[in-house]
Amino acid sequence: MPGSPSPGTSRVPPNSLISTNTTPWREHGLTRDLLVTYSRRVPDDDLVFKALADPTRRGLLDRLFEHDGRTLTELESEVDMTRFGVMKHLKLLEEAGLVITRKEGREKLHFLNPVPIREIHDRWIDKYTERHVSALMELKSDLEREPPK
Amino acid sequence: MTETKTVQVNRVYIKATPQAIWDAITKPEWTQKYGYSGLAEFDLKTGGKHRTKPTQEFIDAGFTSDLLDGEVLESDPPRKLVITWKLLMDPNLIAEPYTTLTYDIEETKTAGTRLTVTHDVTGAPGHAALVSGAMENVDAGPGENAGGGWAWVLSDLKSVLETGKNIVG
Repeated sequence: MPGSPSPGTSRVPPNSLISTNTTPWREHGLTRDLLVTYSRRVPDDDLVFKALADPTRRGLLDRLFEHDGRTLTELESEVDMTRFGVMKHLKLLEEAGLVITRKEGREKLHFLNPVPIREIHDRWIDKYTERHVSALMELKSDLEREPPK
Repeated sequence: MTETKTVQVNRVYIKATPQAIWDAITKPEWTQKYGYSGLAEFDLKTGGKHRTKPTQEFIDAGFTSDLLDGEVLESDPPRKLVITWKLLMDPNLIAEPYTTLTYDIEETKTAGTRLTVTHDVTGAPGHAALVSGAMENVDAGPGENAGGGWAWVLSDLKSVLETGKNIVG
């Protein structure tokens, strides 16, 4: 088939080849190992999980879900944080592919990109536990709806 | 969702050539394989028409007319495609104005090809809800699902191009 890689190519690079804390391309000089380069450039699962592992960043994604295409100034006004702090978090979200920026006139607008979350959903939830998880989620929301006694 | 988004942006990195992705968007032999399926038909020149015809499955389910249509605003294969776009499967959707859809296909040095789909759904809340995935039901069986919108379609497109298999059952 046109454009498809050889059979057996995994969608997810092996974790051992993805390092979040070290910089293999600096330690070992420029490498031609495609997976190492790939892990650095492509927003992968590790970057997405890391980006999601912070309540402020999840909060920013929630703000964008409610209303997309916001400027830094708009986002900054909704969280209790400095402009620099918000910028830093947005940069991490952008590196993970969860936020995409677009220039419109003089403004830089931030958009939520749900595709990486979808890929994690397809990879980790669909495959093993979708039905169990949704049953538990229903139970959780049922229980939480119950008025406290 | 409490508020209508006017522009939605979805981006995916695919290990395939720009041409393969262009074909997967514009050619019926590809468009029937992923997402909502259907048979795309494009007159790829500015002002040309495009439409998506139902597959046999849709016809068997009672959808015999075109699933969506629109006009080509800009065609620069295999880099950029701008079209107007309207779903025709429901009277409420037909009543909405045409939306504008931009496909940007960019080759990267190391990360395969970057596909960005920018959908301007201004004034079309029904379309906005559908393509944002707000109407998805993950427990629905095959053929019963309203689908997860662009994130779902693009994830499926990536899977089809990279592995030859799609996710949607």
